[in-house]
Amino acid sequence: MAIFSRGFSGRPRESNPDLPPGQFLTEDFPVLSAGPTPRLDTADWKFEIKTETGQTLSWNWDELTALGLEDVHTDIHCVTRWSKLGTDWRGISLDKLFEDAETSFDFVMVHSYGGYTTNLPLEDLMNGQAWIATEFGGEPLEPDHGGPARLLVPHLYFWKSAKWVRGITMQRTDSPGFWEQNGYHIYGDPWREERYW
Amino acid sequence: MTHLDGNALAGPLSEVFRDDMTTALGRCASCGDVSVLAEALVYDAAPGWAVRCHACGDVLMTFVRTLDRLRIDMRGLTALEIPS
Ligand SMILES: [Zn+2]
Repeated sequence: MAIFSRGFSGRPRESNPDLPPGQFLTEDFPVLSAGPTPRLDTADWKFEIKTETGQTLSWNWDELTALGLEDVHTDIHCVTRWSKLGTDWRGISLDKLFEDAETSFDFVMVHSYGGYTTNLPLEDLMNGQAWIATEFGGEPLEPDHGGPARLLVPHLYFWKSAKWVRGITMQRTDSPGFWEQNGYHIYGDPWREERYW
Repeated sequence: MTHLDGNALAGPLSEVFRDDMTTALGRCASCGDVSVLAEALVYDAAPGWAVRCHACGDVLMTFVRTLDRLRIDMRGLTALEIPS
């Protein structure tokens, strides 16, 4: 079949130790999305963590950003084979958001405005590995790149870094999210090339 | 009650899965809209393709090309109607 002809093409950098296997370097920032870009106003925006105890932790935009933004300098790797090295973000650490969360579950489902979902182990969001990113390259995050806020989990393929993030629900088992149900890997480590089931 | 085995599906399935499915009618699981698949909204700039209902925007189907297969998920379609 002639579909997926819009695949990414770029320069292979097999000698570059910062590039995971099968990845190509890009200087652009390709926009990938499985749906229309939601236009979200920070005045109506909120973010919630829901746990199995019935607890809901909720932040509006001002409350979230008041927790303090950290600078994040990182490489990002998309499963469509582009990697972008040395990107600069600012965001709120998930460690801060989970400080008061009461949960014994080990997995999360991340939900986005627009309906997208993706699953992760909770431990991959902890210890300085994940942020709710609100700025990219010194500017507020653009809607096409997930603004006003997206999840940033740069050690996994970038489909895990859900755009337009709305909340996190704890789950007992690692139930698959949108792309994980439909052929993409349950975990998605770029260094192990965990692209598909 | 007797039943046939799945080989009996060869005839009807070859009517369904034929060269051009875009004129088939699909029923959206979310809003019930019935439209030809050609009217769906196809988001191809993603890890896979997401095909959305033109009426409500919910996902009808996804296509993911893995290393050795093409995987199609159709959980957003509750019916397909093929003109004969
Ligand atoms: Zn619909």
